[in-house]
Amino acid sequence: MKIPKKLSWFIIGVAALIGILFSLSMVGIEPRDLLETTFMAMTPLILAAVGECLDEKAGVVNIGLEGIFLITAVTGVYWAEIVGDGVGGLIIGGAIMGGLIGLFFGIISTYGKAAQVVAGMGLNVFGLGFVPFLMVALWAFPGIHMFDPKLVIRTIDIPVGGGLFRLSPITIFAIIVVIVVDIILYRTLLGLRIQAAGEKPEAIDVAGVNVNHIRILASTICGALTGIGGAFMPLGWFGGLVKEITAGRGFIALAAVVFAGLDPILAAVSSFIFGFSEGLAFTVMITPGVKEVVPHYFIKMIPYIATIVALAIVGSKRFPKALGKPYIRE
Amino acid sequence: MASAVIQKFKRPLLESLLAIILGFIVGAIVMAMFGYDPIAAYSALLIGSIGSLDGICESLANATPLMLTGLTFAIGMKSGYFNVGAEGQAYLGAIGAIMIGSVIHLPYGIHLAAATLFAMFMGAIWSLPVSALKAWRGVHEVVSTIMLNWIALFFVRYLIEYHYYEPGRAERAMPVLPTARYQVLGASLTTVIFVAVAFMFFAYFLLWRTTLGYELRLTGSNPEAARYIGINSTRVIFLNFFLGGLAAGLAGATQVLGRPPSWTIYKTLGNVINLGFDGIGAALIGRNHPVGIIFASIFLGILSYGAKFMMYLGVDPDLTRAINGVIIIALSLPELYRIIRRFIVGREAE
Repeated sequence: MKIPKKLSWFIIGVAALIGILFSLSMVGIEPRDLLETTFMAMTPLILAAVGECLDEKAGVVNIGLEGIFLITAVTGVYWAEIVGDGVGGLIIGGAIMGGLIGLFFGIISTYGKAAQVVAGMGLNVFGLGFVPFLMVALWAFPGIHMFDPKLVIRTIDIPVGGGLFRLSPITIFAIIVVIVVDIILYRTLLGLRIQAAGEKPEAIDVAGVNVNHIRILASTICGALTGIGGAFMPLGWFGGLVKEITAGRGFIALAAVVFAGLDPILAAVSSFIFGFSEGLAFTVMITPGVKEVVPHYFIKMIPYIATIVALAIVGSKRFPKALGKPYIRE
Repeated sequence: MASAVIQKFKRPLLESLLAIILGFIVGAIVMAMFGYDPIAAYSALLIGSIGSLDGICESLANATPLMLTGLTFAIGMKSGYFNVGAEGQAYLGAIGAIMIGSVIHLPYGIHLAAATLFAMFMGAIWSLPVSALKAWRGVHEVVSTIMLNWIALFFVRYLIEYHYYEPGRAERAMPVLPTARYQVLGASLTTVIFVAVAFMFFAYFLLWRTTLGYELRLTGSNPEAARYIGINSTRVIFLNFFLGGLAAGLAGATQVLGRPPSWTIYKTLGNVINLGFDGIGAALIGRNHPVGIIFASIFLGILSYGAKFMMYLGVDPDLTRAINGVIIIALSLPELYRIIRRFIVGREAE
């Protein structure tokens, strides 16, 4: 019963998307460009949102996604330059670096009994200050760094309607991650343990599983996925690095998690919606006839307004009972 | 009496000091890692900020808005909400101050008061969507405030570029008229610091000496009990975010009405950006208490002004914000104090 319902929603969604694209093409917005940017914008959001879903299911709330995005965007480029390859930078500076931050966050939220929301915000503030410092320390130039275009991760070019549709392999990777996480979470013993760690930690503790280890594992995976997303922004999407590169996307990913009620597939869908709003903003800004009429500042607000509206529509959802609470054995 | 007070504040004070020391240690390690001389950098910071009267004035001027954005966060924490909206509300406060201060002509005194109040009002207005979304739709305030911060950034940039730009100097908004400027005390410190401190005491009085304040604090410390005795949670939400908005709006105003030599904001918002995030540090170091926040803000003011002098050694001044982040993380750890105390004293504390 569950799957057909999901499928019907999927069909409705695709139909609505085609409708929107068609009507937008009437005002001169190229659907191919729009979808291309949507897929790019969606990728870091999906990675971070799915990681956060896993993390929150295990009972750890990490609002420091923005901080991880910021730091790994810089370390990703740094390692890509050392290794001489974009994907290498994504793995070392993104996944490993992000994983280490996630590991640290996991340890302080379990054994350190940290107030997780405060610690997460501390991580964001740290990133906000550390990234400009790091950029000056590494490249001796404040706030902006251009790297060798050869380091940008190659896109897969699909010929569509007389042009090329550029799809990043990392986007495909992100979608695979969603499916894998969904399977782990709902079809495996580990997934059951992760859910129990957030819902009823005593239960798995009695069963002889270490709650803290499960939570640290979830936090590390969340950090690693977010790190890939962070490194993807300069290496897979923009092809350059500025200190404000993340532009609040860490928080948009958090919104996607809330929107999805911690379900990985729904988190991917909401990342697509937020990515679409960002793609729309990008495309409208360069569309002749539109950019002269509407000040670009208002167009830039679209993703943020869309996020708020989306959250206002879904309202509050149910979250794991032990979310954000360190587990203390009685 | 005095010893009782000391006993009461000893632990929070030690915790804050410990976190600050840890922040500096991490900052030093990071600097050393990248080949800078941490001792030279820190001494440049201190000599630049508190080594001269001008430096002290500048540090206090930097501290002024942080008190207020810190208060925004602290009121939120006291009421049980994680309000990180001071950032955007400060932008609105700054442009609000310009709307009255630069455009309308009024006699001195009235003009200043009108501009200040309007700035606070604008900050508070920007908090209303957060409250409404929280009270009626259950939207988490972290996400809604951050989104509103970004919307505020673009909105204020739009207002500056299209409506309030200074003719001939399009990179900034019109400076406020001389009738809407606080008196300069020295360097860029103005009498606006007294307004800020007065607002801190007003907040203290409201939170600890009125029924309304009690309702806020009870909702924060024990929401079950608050609901049980019939406290209206919607009112608490609106009041808490509104008060926070007033404080953040005033913080924005201090940068316009009380900060020579520019008396305005730049299109990049360079002189108001990150005030909200730095305020979180001020609130946590000051243990969410108005008096504590004043001292914590002065510390952060010294740090942020002194940071400019680290630039002569090639160190990016934003490093102090990273130190601030480390301090916040350290303060989130209740275990840290215990572990370090055990390490130093050699026995279990308490």
